[in-house]
Amino acid sequence: MTILVVAEHDNQHLKAATRHVLAAAQAIGGEIHLLVAGQHCAAVAESARALSGVGCVLLAESDVLDSAGAECMADLVLSLARNYTHLLAAASASGKNWMPRVAALLDVAQVSDIVRVDAPDTFTRPIYAGSVWATVHSEDAIKVITVRATAFEAVAETGGSARLEKVDAAPDTGLSRRIHLALNDSSRPELESARVVVSGGRGLGSAERFSALLEPLADKLNAALGASRAAVDSGYVPNDYQVGQTGKIVAPDLYIAVGISGAIQHLAGMKASRVIVAINKDPDAPIFAVADYGLVGDLNQVVPALTSAL
Amino acid sequence: MKVLVPVKRVLDYNIKARPKADGSGVELSGLKMSMNPFDEIAMEAAIRFKEAGQASEIIAISCGTQACQETLRTALALGADRAILVETDEALQPLAVAKLLKVLVLREQPGLVICGKQAIDDDANQTGQMLAALLGWAQATFASRIELGSDRASVTREIDGGLETLSITLPAVITTDLRLNEPRYATLPNIMKAKKKPLETLTPADLGVDVTSRLTLLKVAEPPARQGGIKVNDVAELLDKLKNEAKVI
Ligand SMILES: Cc1cc2nc3c(=O)[nH]c(=O)nc-3n(C[C@H](O)[C@H](O)[C@H](O)COP(=O)(O)OP(=O)(O)OC[C@H]3O[C@@H](n4cnc5c(N)ncnc54)[C@H](O)[C@@H]3O)c2cc1C
Ligand SMILES: Cc1cc2nc3c(=O)[nH]c(=O)nc-3n(C[C@H](O)[C@H](O)[C@H](O)COP(=O)(O)OP(=O)(O)OC[C@H]3O[C@@H](n4cnc5c(N)ncnc54)[C@H](O)[C@@H]3O)c2cc1C
Repeated sequence: MTILVVAEHDNQHLKAATRHVLAAAQAIGGEIHLLVAGQHCAAVAESARALSGVGCVLLAESDVLDSAGAECMADLVLSLARNYTHLLAAASASGKNWMPRVAALLDVAQVSDIVRVDAPDTFTRPIYAGSVWATVHSEDAIKVITVRATAFEAVAETGGSARLEKVDAAPDTGLSRRIHLALNDSSRPELESARVVVSGGRGLGSAERFSALLEPLADKLNAALGASRAAVDSGYVPNDYQVGQTGKIVAPDLYIAVGISGAIQHLAGMKASRVIVAINKDPDAPIFAVADYGLVGDLNQVVPALTSAL
Repeated sequence: MKVLVPVKRVLDYNIKARPKADGSGVELSGLKMSMNPFDEIAMEAAIRFKEAGQASEIIAISCGTQACQETLRTALALGADRAILVETDEALQPLAVAKLLKVLVLREQPGLVICGKQAIDDDANQTGQMLAALLGWAQATFASRIELGSDRASVTREIDGGLETLSITLPAVITTDLRLNEPRYATLPNIMKAKKKPLETLTPADLGVDVTSRLTLLKVAEPPARQGGIKVNDVAELLDKLKNEAKVI
């Protein structure tokens, strides 16, 4: 078996998700290659050679790969696919975007968002907002898989000494082009890899109170900020803060849910956290059913008290 | 231009799914089924294009059992002009759905296909991208804003870390994210009118598509359960637990 893992990076740094996907590849077993594809990303590929368990790093650089969208990325992975038994990427906004194109063009099924490797051809994945786990067996010659990063322990950053090979990027299809990019200020840890996440819901009441109450708490804990869909829809915070079935999946050591009721779609994104704290004025809120420590009270009092006691 | 909207019948989002006792699948019998919420958003987007004079006709398509007619009637009541049911009792996987849709796209020649970004039952998040690939079309997934031109569209997408705007060639496949719009409800007169709108029924064989799946479902099970914890009385007790019991701060 030879497995191709597609790295997630921003042309400067490898994202943590990559090391978790490599762990899933190790659970499958066999030789592991890592594709680093992007624009001026040789440094990322160079640093990836040290990752534990990687036999070969493939580097594909082109001016269009960064901005040309899913079509180009899928064509590149497709051009390499026949050498491999498994293709893996993170089930992130990026992997979800282009990987299904690869599967369709190989005429194979994709197994999305796996949380467990049962055997090299058998995988477990959550369905129905994680209420149910399905175990599926794939008969396809090339298995195309996206991986839920939080379900696998990351491999070590060091210890490997992979060889480096350059591969050609696919030509621009001309089908799509990025014309604008608006990234949020990222002085905080990344939501998906933070050790602590402070998340706010509709109970915060306004954008002003969201930031006035939760930012100081997150600062003290060096935490990432997250939110429920209701908080995002109400405009308290940007869309990429959303945690849940249709947002981000997180599993930090500590997740603090403030003014969040605990709808199943929200729980789908955070219930694998190691320790969950819930602060809610409603003693019957469903969030308490998954919280290790629940505090019933008005967040307007509780949160400032917590922040100043830290 | 014609707009094609694939709509999927799924377990209503308010209902918590449970495995069947023998683990062979998810218990659906007797439970409320609805249109996938992301497909309601896709329908709404199509209707607004028609209201703005940018779309000429909206065709809703569903692939699945005869019961999907109900979902298509909902789509017709919302504003689709006609509907197509690809009827089969087979459990369809995204690739099979994408192949069925491809044949219908070649027949109908729409300028745009709007899918949901994911169906909330299987959460696969694949069908739209697969369809775009099979057609060799541009795609824009997770759309929170769409501006249609005559031969290009500009689409703002929700990505990790923020938003990006793509300019894509048409025809294309776009998949909807939650914040694209707020879908309307069907009114009673429109529900009545929908009963008279055309609904064509085809089979995968009519379309020449083999929908046999190469993924077998071995079992479904409850995920590892999380133990509920305790309630603490105040901030001091909470901090004590976090420091000394859970040791996370
Ligand atoms: C297709 C679909 C996908 C979805 N995907 C997601 C998703 O990915 N993520 C997600 O989060 N949701 C998602 N949802 C929405 C989800 O169903 C809920 O509507 C949402 O999570 C509710 O957010 P909330 O808990 O902030 O708001 P609410 O349910 O309104 O809860 C607010 C809570 O704040 C508490 N509160 C109010 N004031 C105070 C106070 N002063 N002090 C303390 N507590 C207070 C209340 O007691 C209440 O429990 C989705 C829904 C659908 C249909
Ligand atoms: C292992 C396995 C077992 C399964 N078992 C069953 C089962 O027992 N019973 C069963 O009924 N199904 C079963 N399915 C099928 C499954 O529920 C989905 O129909 C299929 O995988 C499509 O995935 P999705 O809907 O999550 O696709 P997504 O790619 O998430 O859907 C995205 C969008 O594509 C469009 N779309 C998707 N499906 C359709 C459709 N059918 N008609 C019209 N538009 C559509 C919609 O616009 C939707 O928003 C099984 C699938 C797998 C992989």
